[in-house]
Amino acid sequence: MLIVGELINTSRKAINEAVDKKDADYIKKIALDQVEAGADYIDVNCGTKVYNEVETMEWLVNTIQEVIQVPLCIDSPNPKALEAGLSLCKYGQPMINSITDEKERVEVVLPLALKYKAKLVALCMDDTGMPETAEDRMRVVKSLYAKLNAAEIPDQDIYFDPLVKPIGSVDKAGDEVLGTIKAIKEKYPDVHFMCGLSNVSYGLPNRKVLNRIFVAQTMTLGMDGYILNPTDKGMMGTLAASQALLGQDSYCMNYITAHRKGLYEE
Amino acid sequence: MSDFAQLAQAVFKGNAESVKGLTQTMIDAGVAPLEIISQGLVAGMDIVSPKFKAGEMYVPEVMMSARALGEGMKMVKPLIANSDVAAIKTIVVGTVAGDLHDIGKNLVVMILESGGFNVIDLGVDISPAKFVEAVKEHNAQILGMSALLTTTMLSMKDTIDLLKEEGLRDKVKVLVGGAPVSKNFADEIGADAYCADAMAAKDTAASILN
Repeated sequence: MLIVGELINTSRKAINEAVDKKDADYIKKIALDQVEAGADYIDVNCGTKVYNEVETMEWLVNTIQEVIQVPLCIDSPNPKALEAGLSLCKYGQPMINSITDEKERVEVVLPLALKYKAKLVALCMDDTGMPETAEDRMRVVKSLYAKLNAAEIPDQDIYFDPLVKPIGSVDKAGDEVLGTIKAIKEKYPDVHFMCGLSNVSYGLPNRKVLNRIFVAQTMTLGMDGYILNPTDKGMMGTLAASQALLGQDSYCMNYITAHRKGLYEE
Repeated sequence: MSDFAQLAQAVFKGNAESVKGLTQTMIDAGVAPLEIISQGLVAGMDIVSPKFKAGEMYVPEVMMSARALGEGMKMVKPLIANSDVAAIKTIVVGTVAGDLHDIGKNLVVMILESGGFNVIDLGVDISPAKFVEAVKEHNAQILGMSALLTTTMLSMKDTIDLLKEEGLRDKVKVLVGGAPVSKNFADEIGADAYCADAMAAKDTAASILN
């Protein structure tokens, strides 16, 4: 299981203000909070800083690495910002968020992955648009996998993101994702998964309930990576419980530890 | 309950069959098409809007209402007299160049249609030239642009600049939206308004056009 902490993102108001004020202490605190809560990677996204994204990325990466030593997930649609972040990563194997099967995206991101030996979040979309069904997604997966494989990216460095849409506007969105995970797992047993799942509950009441149940459902089919807020106790508790139930937790030690950390206290 | 109120209720409840039946009854009774739209169909959506904003109704319910309204619209629209067609305002909507995200944009299209507007949905990956061409062709009063990526949202500015070059900027109001877009960004690029969600887009369009 791989947890990517999603909180350092300038689309969040508090992070945006901290970046504007160069408040390094706040950024460090959020990084440290996430690692202490169990994040394996820290996502860094400053895409909303369209006019100085590169400088902001550099400052964030350097600031974060002053306090924590976990690897970073460099998150940007802008290749220049990706490279700026990757070139400064000091700890472990960095991750790129993300590549898609769009022609231009493959051309710029794949060389970066090779140069920095980075793990790759691979979104199931291509130049034809957002996929609807599991079959649509598998078509993209096969095409993108062939390109990554030809470039000698190891399977275990590929993290397919099945692209979670809101069930509130697309009835079958959850089911199509589950079908995609199953199909990827069958065809490429050694690749990993990543998903930002809070999208699934957009526009609906009791979002936490839907998000947590979707964790259990996706994990059952083989999902093994999530980008989320690790300081959300309920969500982290659900992850630990689901892993224990799926036989991924020897002697239920992580589950019991989660209990002692107070993750199940409502 | 008056016929109009019944039709509005059917829209509010998202009951497409009932909307179709009531609309047909009104058409047969010779009620003016524009009245069916404004006092029945759109009035139903006006019950939905505040409830959605107050968190009492949810996205799928709004979609059901919009869909029910759409069924009624389909029946009434062909009956609108040519002289009245001009009374219906046109909005051109699309996702900007290099961006393929369509869920939010589709919601906006559906909700704008439910406001009684004539909505031209250009689709995704729309270049500034295509937006400007569509504004001209359809004589649109409003242009709505959506972007879900920080790299593509800058293309909104290119479209606004092109509108200026073509001397169209004063003739069309520009609304922008999408996850990375903000009120500040909208101001920076010279858009007329930022819309946080589909309902905000409809309300903004209505307040601009009425």
